[in-house]
Amino acid sequence: MARIVVITSGKGGVGKTTTSAAIATGLALRGHKTAVIDFDVGLRNLDLIMGCERRVVYDFVNVINGDANLKQALIRDKRVDNLYILPASQTRDKDALTQDGVERVLNELSEDFEYIVCDSPAGIERGALMAAYFADEAIVVTNPEVSSVRDSDRILGILASKTRRVEQGGEPIEGKLLLTRYSAERAERGEMLSIEDVGEILAIELLGVIPESQAVLNASNAGQPVVLDEESDAGQAYQDAVDRFLGEERPLRFVDVPKKGFFGRLFKG
Amino acid sequence: MGIFDYFRQPRQKSASVAKERLQIIVARERAARSGPDYLPAMQQELLQVIRKYVQVDDDAVQMNVDREGDCEVLELNITLPDDKE
Ligand SMILES: Nc1ncnc2c1ncn2[C@@H]1O[C@H](COP(=O)(O)OP(=O)(O)OP(=O)(O)O)[C@@H](O)[C@H]1O
Ligand SMILES: [Mg+2]
Repeated sequence: MARIVVITSGKGGVGKTTTSAAIATGLALRGHKTAVIDFDVGLRNLDLIMGCERRVVYDFVNVINGDANLKQALIRDKRVDNLYILPASQTRDKDALTQDGVERVLNELSEDFEYIVCDSPAGIERGALMAAYFADEAIVVTNPEVSSVRDSDRILGILASKTRRVEQGGEPIEGKLLLTRYSAERAERGEMLSIEDVGEILAIELLGVIPESQAVLNASNAGQPVVLDEESDAGQAYQDAVDRFLGEERPLRFVDVPKKGFFGRLFKG
Repeated sequence: MGIFDYFRQPRQKSASVAKERLQIIVARERAARSGPDYLPAMQQELLQVIRKYVQVDDDAVQMNVDREGDCEVLELNITLPDDKE
């Protein structure tokens, strides 16, 4: 049985797809057979971030509708063993994601994968609800900014009430916070919500903090999940998050302002 | 006070304003989520009734459902304007 992990946020553009690619790749790098599914039907993007856009033949909706089987639709990653991508459809709308259809695909994947990572679309409509419904775990991607934090709290409300687990009388899944695009400098100057601020408001376990980083843009330009950029701050921060996700303890990195020398201060004015 | 000092005035930092606003709105939205589904509609209708008699702000009616043992208590708070003119 696979663990189903949803990467969600409510607000758009906060880093869900970046995170889905990074976490799925990180899990596969550690030897866990992992599938990452793009639930953003109509706005396929995970394929680009994973760098497999030219290899897409069939998609998630094709499998749901029985036009293709899973074997035909799953794209095997060329760099990392144990990693497979199921792309979203570009031509269909979100109504194509029927609950039965999604369940069938997840059940079939569950038979031979250890982790299924679901890249949720923004919003709280069908696509996002379907991505969350079957989840065993949730990673709530949040930027240190008012609308993102508020939307994350709404998503936590949905996770607490609208999942299969809850409907079957089980314990609600506990979302874990991944704070992304964080700038220690700006937080220290009081211009950006700090890790503690966001933690206090959302009151959930902190899975990690990913700094605002040029490496993320470089990674998406190249079609390489940022965890593969081992030198980069964001890549390492995602590696730490994967380790914590798997139960290891890792201190937070890249969350303090580097102390400037004399020249740094001089030029900053 | 020189012109440059003006910019250095320790006004309240924007992050702490953000945090305060978030704490309030998140608390309110959580309360709304955990209450019964009819709460928002009831709140709107109460507002309309009150406005037949006195002009109040949109947020003049605050409702809260609390659980006390086996009972659910609906707490209703109506803020009337202070008419000093
Ligand atoms: N840590 C980061 N540092 C810098 N840029 C980032 C970081 N994380 C994400 N971004 C950028 O933010 C943008 C949105 O990222 P991404 O597509 O992952 O968000 P999303 O939540 O999946 O968006 P959508 O809601 O549209 O699906 C991208 O341009 C990405 O490069
Ligand atoms: Mg996305």
